[in-house]
Amino acid sequence: MNMLKLSAAALVASVAFAGAAVARDQVQVAGSSTVLPYAKIVAETFAETFPDFKAPVIESGGTGGGLKTFCSGVGEGTIDIANASRAIKKDELEACKAAGVADVQEVRIGYDGIVFAADSSNGDMKITPKDLYTALAAQVVVDGKLVANPHKNWSDVNATLPKGPIAAYIPGSKHGTREVFEEKIMAEGCKEAGATDVIKASITDAKAAAAACVAVRKDGAAVDIDGDYTETLARIAANKTGLGVFGLAFYENNMDKLKVATVSDVVPSTETISSGEYPVSRPLFFYVKKAHLGVIPGLKEYVEFFLSDDMVGPDSPLAEYGLVAAPDAQREEARKAFESGKSL
Amino acid sequence: MTDVVSSPAGVIDKPARRDIGIKRRYRAERRFRAYGIAALSFGLLFLALLLWSVVSKGYTAFQQTMITVPVEFSEQIIDKDNERATDPQKLMTANYPIVARNAVAKALGVAENDTAGLRAVNQMISNGVRGQLRDMVLANPQIIGTTQTVSLLAAGDIDSAFKGQIDLSVTEQNRKISDRQVGWMNQLVEAGALGKHFNTGIFVNGNSSRPEAAGVGVALIGSFYMMLIVLVLSLPIGVAASIYLEEFAPKNRLTDLIEVNINNLAAVPSIVYGLLGLAVFINFMELPRSASLVGGLVLTLMTLPTIIIATRAALKAVPPSIRAAALGLGASKMQTIFHHVLPLAMPGILTGTIIGLAHALGETAPLLLIGMVAFVANYPTTPMDPSTALPVQIYMWANEAERAFVERTSGAIIILLLFLIVMNVGAILLRRRFERRW
Repeated sequence: MNMLKLSAAALVASVAFAGAAVARDQVQVAGSSTVLPYAKIVAETFAETFPDFKAPVIESGGTGGGLKTFCSGVGEGTIDIANASRAIKKDELEACKAAGVADVQEVRIGYDGIVFAADSSNGDMKITPKDLYTALAAQVVVDGKLVANPHKNWSDVNATLPKGPIAAYIPGSKHGTREVFEEKIMAEGCKEAGATDVIKASITDAKAAAAACVAVRKDGAAVDIDGDYTETLARIAANKTGLGVFGLAFYENNMDKLKVATVSDVVPSTETISSGEYPVSRPLFFYVKKAHLGVIPGLKEYVEFFLSDDMVGPDSPLAEYGLVAAPDAQREEARKAFESGKSL
Repeated sequence: MTDVVSSPAGVIDKPARRDIGIKRRYRAERRFRAYGIAALSFGLLFLALLLWSVVSKGYTAFQQTMITVPVEFSEQIIDKDNERATDPQKLMTANYPIVARNAVAKALGVAENDTAGLRAVNQMISNGVRGQLRDMVLANPQIIGTTQTVSLLAAGDIDSAFKGQIDLSVTEQNRKISDRQVGWMNQLVEAGALGKHFNTGIFVNGNSSRPEAAGVGVALIGSFYMMLIVLVLSLPIGVAASIYLEEFAPKNRLTDLIEVNINNLAAVPSIVYGLLGLAVFINFMELPRSASLVGGLVLTLMTLPTIIIATRAALKAVPPSIRAAALGLGASKMQTIFHHVLPLAMPGILTGTIIGLAHALGETAPLLLIGMVAFVANYPTTPMDPSTALPVQIYMWANEAERAFVERTSGAIIILLLFLIVMNVGAILLRRRFERRW
């Protein structure tokens, strides 16, 4: 009898809870795990600077997943901001509009560099996109013909790379970083190696030809890492001749364990990335639901705080963590664009 | 038959054959015991390895490096124009990090015009001092203008370096702290100002982007709420369902189908429950995202099959003679079950429930989709507020870039293990109390 009463009470309680859905009093954010550490710093400092507001809740789960959640609709039950390590795609934006999220404001916060590093026991490494393409592409051109990648050791490609068999730990396809890797390294290397023409000769469809250019070998030499950089770091520690792909911020926090490679003779640093000299970098974004501005307390203040020079300027906590600050004019432009309410 | 009768030799042979058999069977038994011990030691070895790796990495997380220096709560910096009586915001937003930096710089003898030096000093102190000093001032505004000895949180990198987790032998540009900072650190150690203190922060603080100020407080509360919701919902629902299925339901195709389904559900990957929770609780019922209420409901669904299976097994194990005796003495079926069968089945039910709860406590996958794998800094006051869970906190810390999060990840694992041990000890004690032998 008691048991029945108890379960009835529990059910009533849960229904009562459900009915009492109160107004949300903090900003909710989801998206890219690359932007996550920056957003966390801003959220924490935001709550300290504005004691009237609670710290925003920041979910991680990848750019694609974040945008999908973001685009599920408008209302208190949906998130306010999606962090993204790439620009929103056309079909994603269309899906957003179809779900009733009419106005989406794009905010660019700065740049992130992608570095190539091996275990610290290795010597200085100098690489070019061509080297990485030759080492990691599924098919390379040998004597004018497209053949399955025959290279086994790093030394077949570039003498400065670690002595040993080719092993590269690259971000898996769910990461925004993979796209940058394909675009800035594989496609570029494909061109430099002169493989583009050979591929075009055999594949007429332009899209398929571009995909063949960035296809990574599947024989075990290139390993997709679907986890985070900590996993890549663990792989590098286990395999001293392996080359890993990291974000600049992660590398800077683990400099004593890693040896970084120069790309096309440019050392990755916040300076070389913001000047555009270092080739492998990408802008970071977040997307704001315009309909929520003025409805969710603190949303407008959070975005403005994020864009202030105290947060994303060259001498800010985010820059210290590893964000590459955008040039002054771009930061000013981002602030103005948000202020004016310009939406996509 | 004829063989035995016609050959007396066979009769004599018999005891001898039996002796050989005994030896063989004893050997088999000894072998089996050896296998058992080997299996057990294999398991124990891995348990020891797990505990060793977690504890050896994590025990340092329970100590935090602090810099104990006299701090001058200068009115010049905190409230220059003496507006605190009229504007309470003034004390909230004052520049406390400068107060802390000046105190440490003074202790180190860094000149006031040495900008680079002051910046380097600032990097040695956690940004968390803003909150620490602010709380001190708000609690007692009288201390403005006085000098107090305060233990300031050291920055995460100094903490790691002091605990020997950063390799200081590599060249200066290849590590996060400079030679000058290392020198200062040693200077402070010699002066007795820098040392390790018990880290209460790891138990009570919310998550933070600064490792030195990060704690599992929010996750503990979140996990506690979820366990409470799971217990309150799944125990009565699970027990009611299994009593009906076991004692009242007719045996037919429908109940067979239900039984197959329950067994199936127990094996469904937990992420599926997360998808269900997202669709039903968040999208349809419009419960808030990231709330421990939704997490608790999802975990309830996940735990129910385990509890139902365990409860049915416990009910089945009650001897039929108990039921027959109760019915024979004139008890109704309901009285038989609630007065006699259920109390006897209680130890088994409790064990099943605790196993289910422990399983739910360690889940992260279903929480991902309902938004609980998140950075949450503020304490939840009700189960409707955003919060996170212990395993989620471990997962998120494991992905952090800073070195100081490595030990904190293991520290959080230790806390989770302690939580589990408390739950299991509770289960054992409850079982002892209810256990009945016959």
